[in-house]
Amino acid sequence: MTATTTAPVSATSAVALTGVTKVYGRGTNAVLALDRVSLDVRPGEFVCLVGASGCGKSTLLNLVAGLDRPSGGDIAVADGAHPGLMFQEPALFPWLTVEANVEVPLKLRGTPRARRRERVAELLRTVHLADFGRKRPHELSGGMRQRVALARTLALDTPVLLMDEPFGALDAMTRDILHDELERIWTERNLTVLFVTHNVREAARLADRIILLSSRPGRIIWSTDVAVPRPRRIDSPEVAAIAAEVTDRLRAEVGRHAA
Amino acid sequence: MPRDTLTRTDAELSGLDALDIAGREKETSRAARIWAATWPKLAALALAVAIWQLVVFSGWKPPWSLPGPLVVGEELLRQAGSAQLWDGIAVTLRRAAVGYVFSVAVGLLVGLAVARSTVLRAAIGSMITALQTMPSIAWFPLAILLFELSEKAIFFVVVLGAAPSIANGVITGVDYVPPLLLRAGRNLGARGLTLYRYVIAPAALPAIVAGLKQGWAFSWRSLMAGELLVVGISQTSLGAQLTYARELADSPWLLSTMIVILVIGLVVDAVFGAADTAIRRRWGVLDQAGR
Repeated sequence: MTATTTAPVSATSAVALTGVTKVYGRGTNAVLALDRVSLDVRPGEFVCLVGASGCGKSTLLNLVAGLDRPSGGDIAVADGAHPGLMFQEPALFPWLTVEANVEVPLKLRGTPRARRRERVAELLRTVHLADFGRKRPHELSGGMRQRVALARTLALDTPVLLMDEPFGALDAMTRDILHDELERIWTERNLTVLFVTHNVREAARLADRIILLSSRPGRIIWSTDVAVPRPRRIDSPEVAAIAAEVTDRLRAEVGRHAA
Repeated sequence: MPRDTLTRTDAELSGLDALDIAGREKETSRAARIWAATWPKLAALALAVAIWQLVVFSGWKPPWSLPGPLVVGEELLRQAGSAQLWDGIAVTLRRAAVGYVFSVAVGLLVGLAVARSTVLRAAIGSMITALQTMPSIAWFPLAILLFELSEKAIFFVVVLGAAPSIANGVITGVDYVPPLLLRAGRNLGARGLTLYRYVIAPAALPAIVAGLKQGWAFSWRSLMAGELLVVGISQTSLGAQLTYARELADSPWLLSTMIVILVIGLVVDAVFGAADTAIRRRWGVLDQAGR
């Protein structure tokens, strides 16, 4: 049995997965969710994982986040950093104000009160919600809640951001703007992002590299570097061309399961 | 990224935000809200009193066994001016408070222990529900055998009546904490005790308050049953006064005491109701339900 190691890996990767396997259940009911997945993410790289249902995308993020243990293989995060994880739902604490939500990771780390206040204000400015600190999550729109969740994750001060279809539940307009926002924050903060999505256009819009996972079991079957210069638009022909190529590969993979 | 892209995004964002949350804040005046909540209650009360008066007028029962609202109201006023009623309220409320506080302590501890431990849950989880369904008055024969006609017998039954509801509230609350919030909490660095403090306890609070409210109702009922049965040592408690009133065939006294018991129950229930509403408002559940 191997576990997540915190030892520094090679200087060239922020997240390194080596032969990671995940099995759920045991005996005849055992399901192989991930099969020997190996992946190196460079510091500052934006990697999108794309795959159809059942490809173990979310499982993979849970493993990297340390919320679950791999059945085999090894996961290393540079300098033992604790990655921040964002979900499709904002997962905000409904009993707390926006400010207090962002403050939770700071409190858990024992940051002094005055410093916490500064950090919360700075993070809310970063996601353009400086005026909404006293609101409660239910008073905000879906896109605003997701930005609060981003601010809360950034409060972890982690260089590695894991995002599990974070914009999947938003309308196209809001999603486009949040793509710009995420790109800006990623650049400003030198983040390494591992971003799961089933939306190939979103992947082509955001990623430095797109990785395609097969379904049942999840396995890396293809990857491509996205050389389109930034800033990008989701409706630009270059982005559309990449998206079309990924879609073809994805369809071929889904078709394999027809038999 | 070019500067103009940045400012464009900013403007778009605040525009979207303004559109998204427009019309979400509706304010009604405090007086209007209180009136809207009060008048149906007053109307129901007036209707109940009117029906009572009609039944008395109909001559269904002689006035010495069923007096009208006026007679009972006068008796209630007279009682309110005497020490006897207030002594009774003091004795009964002291018992209620002691029994309830002890029940809360037991219920919270047992509930938390069962919620945490699968072994304990398998062992006594269903027993707690079974205890909850047991009518508390059925415990009195045993309580009297164990503790004789004493305060202890009443206390025993009150705790047995209230603690299981409170424990069940805690168990339900902990069980129904959304797994997503637990994962978020763990990712933000909460572990063990801090996970309880920052995620599980606040997320379970609505169910715990519901359990506390139900526990109060059970303990109040058990207490009244106890005071009626264990009259010997009951001094001037409300339950004892009910028994004396019956023995003296003093129906105005009996009915006015019943009204006092009802009002105390309602007031305490309103306190729990206010706590429940405050929690739901904070969580935003009320807004979606249209208040």
